[in-house]
Amino acid sequence: MDKDSQKYAIKVDDLTVAYNYKPVLWDIDLAIPEGVLMAIVGPNGAGKSTLIKSILGIIKPIAGKVTVFGKSYKQQRSLVAYVPQKGSVDWDFPTTALDVVLMGTYGSLGWIKRPGQVQKKQALEALEKVGMLSFKSRQISQLSGGQQQRVFLARALVQNAAIYFMDEPFQGVDATTEIAIINLLKELRKAGKTVIVVHHDLQTVPEYFDWVTFLNVKKIATGPVKEIFNDDNLTKTYGINYKVSVQK
Amino acid sequence: MLGSFAVLRKQSLLGDAISHAALPGIAIAFLITETKSPVALLLGALISGLLGTFWIKGMISKTHLKSDTALGLVLSLFFGVGMLLLTYIQKQPNANQAGLDKYLFGQAATLLVADVWLLSGVALLSVLVLLFFWKELKLLLFDADYTKTLGFNVRFLDVLITSFIVLAIVLGLQTVGVVLMSAMLLAPAAAARQWTNSLGIMVVLAAIFGAFSGVFGTAISASTSGLSTGPVIVLVASFFVLISFVFSPERGILFKQIRKYKNRKALKLFKTLSVMYEIAQTHEDISRPHAIKILNNFLGYSVNTLKELEDQELIKINGQMWSMTTEGYQKAAQLFNQNMDSNE
Repeated sequence: MDKDSQKYAIKVDDLTVAYNYKPVLWDIDLAIPEGVLMAIVGPNGAGKSTLIKSILGIIKPIAGKVTVFGKSYKQQRSLVAYVPQKGSVDWDFPTTALDVVLMGTYGSLGWIKRPGQVQKKQALEALEKVGMLSFKSRQISQLSGGQQQRVFLARALVQNAAIYFMDEPFQGVDATTEIAIINLLKELRKAGKTVIVVHHDLQTVPEYFDWVTFLNVKKIATGPVKEIFNDDNLTKTYGINYKVSVQK
Repeated sequence: MLGSFAVLRKQSLLGDAISHAALPGIAIAFLITETKSPVALLLGALISGLLGTFWIKGMISKTHLKSDTALGLVLSLFFGVGMLLLTYIQKQPNANQAGLDKYLFGQAATLLVADVWLLSGVALLSVLVLLFFWKELKLLLFDADYTKTLGFNVRFLDVLITSFIVLAIVLGLQTVGVVLMSAMLLAPAAAARQWTNSLGIMVVLAAIFGAFSGVFGTAISASTSGLSTGPVIVLVASFFVLISFVFSPERGILFKQIRKYKNRKALKLFKTLSVMYEIAQTHEDISRPHAIKILNNFLGYSVNTLKELEDQELIKINGQMWSMTTEGYQKAAQLFNQNMDSNE
């Protein structure tokens, strides 16, 4: 293994993804250091979700290599947890909040084996962390959008991973939930975890994150928020004269 | 039982497509073997059913066609080919050809003991597969992408469950026929979904509904001459669906309406009570009488609500005056605070 890639939690080389003939991601090189809380920003259709999904092997790229702590993603799968977009599943599915969180333990269980007391205890702890313990037996269809998002988070927490990928965790949640979620993410970072978030609200980037990647089919820039979150990069990414309206 | 998975995967119409896709397989199998041996015909049906299914899936993932378009295309193509072959067979000088059309509409009476054993065997096998891969299949149904990130082979699971759905449909063809088969697959599952919020119970219930439809349907058609079994079974299954839609306690139309009515009434009472609470709050003596007239200006007041509140001993009415009881005041305070909390 080359020394260089081991320094990074995630390293992406020459990643290209296309739907039919249209390139969605073009020759992406990306190195994400361990322990950062990173936002991926870019306009609609920039390939933000696609980037995450190709790193996680959900979408098959045309070309490119992904390494997790220097090894292939397949070898390191147990170190990576994923929080999909809330809208990607049918919340009318007949199951409870606890049951959904338990799904986070399925990976470590492997085939056939069922979750037992140990897994249940882990799931309850995760629910408590996101403040949803009292809703454990609640049908998922009867949860609010914010509560559903918290359940999804708890499911990822149960995996006890080193790297967390989250696809728009703040979409459609109220201010209280947003604060609760960001506090949780900051806690994860404090514990040395790497957290990568597809994010839409540019205003909150400097406040929430310490690392940022600008993406619009190509990678525009990546680095510490303090250094690269500026009008120049925003304009390059969004194509219009963009002014950061927040004071830094 | 397997229908539960089709319903929850939003692939309800797939059942319809599969059963239609099985038809050319039956016809071709007959042309090759020149017999009506059910094993050969069902094998043909199975192959063309699987072919159709994975063709549909491929079409959806490889092109930008919507799933209903792909379903429709494959369904009519296969059914068309099947019909063509059937009419061709009927022109053949082969005495054997009579009876192939039973696969169109089904004919439960033609079931032999061997068929019944086959059906039971497949049913048992699918129960075992469900039990074995329960955790994985549930995960796949709820969140396929996530299943992949946990390291499960999604393609294997998908092929597994789809194959069993196809198998179940093909075996059901003999009983209810191509045209009605998808109802047999979906009706029990749709009915079961109404009664429960647990996937496990839903699957079991669907199996029970399906079995009952079969038994009742057969009994009804046997006791009345001139009624063919397949359609009666489907009608019985649909009856279960209807009952479930109307009467199930949580999702049923009836109880939903009742709940709505009750909620509305309770809300009305609460509105009036909270108005009274606000007035009473401003006075030291909470039971001080006030004129009913002043309530007229507020929402939620009517003669009925006043009477209802008095019946619950939350207020007292004395001529044109009302006053709050201690009980009523406490209750209002409680409701009021609750409301404030939930608004935060």
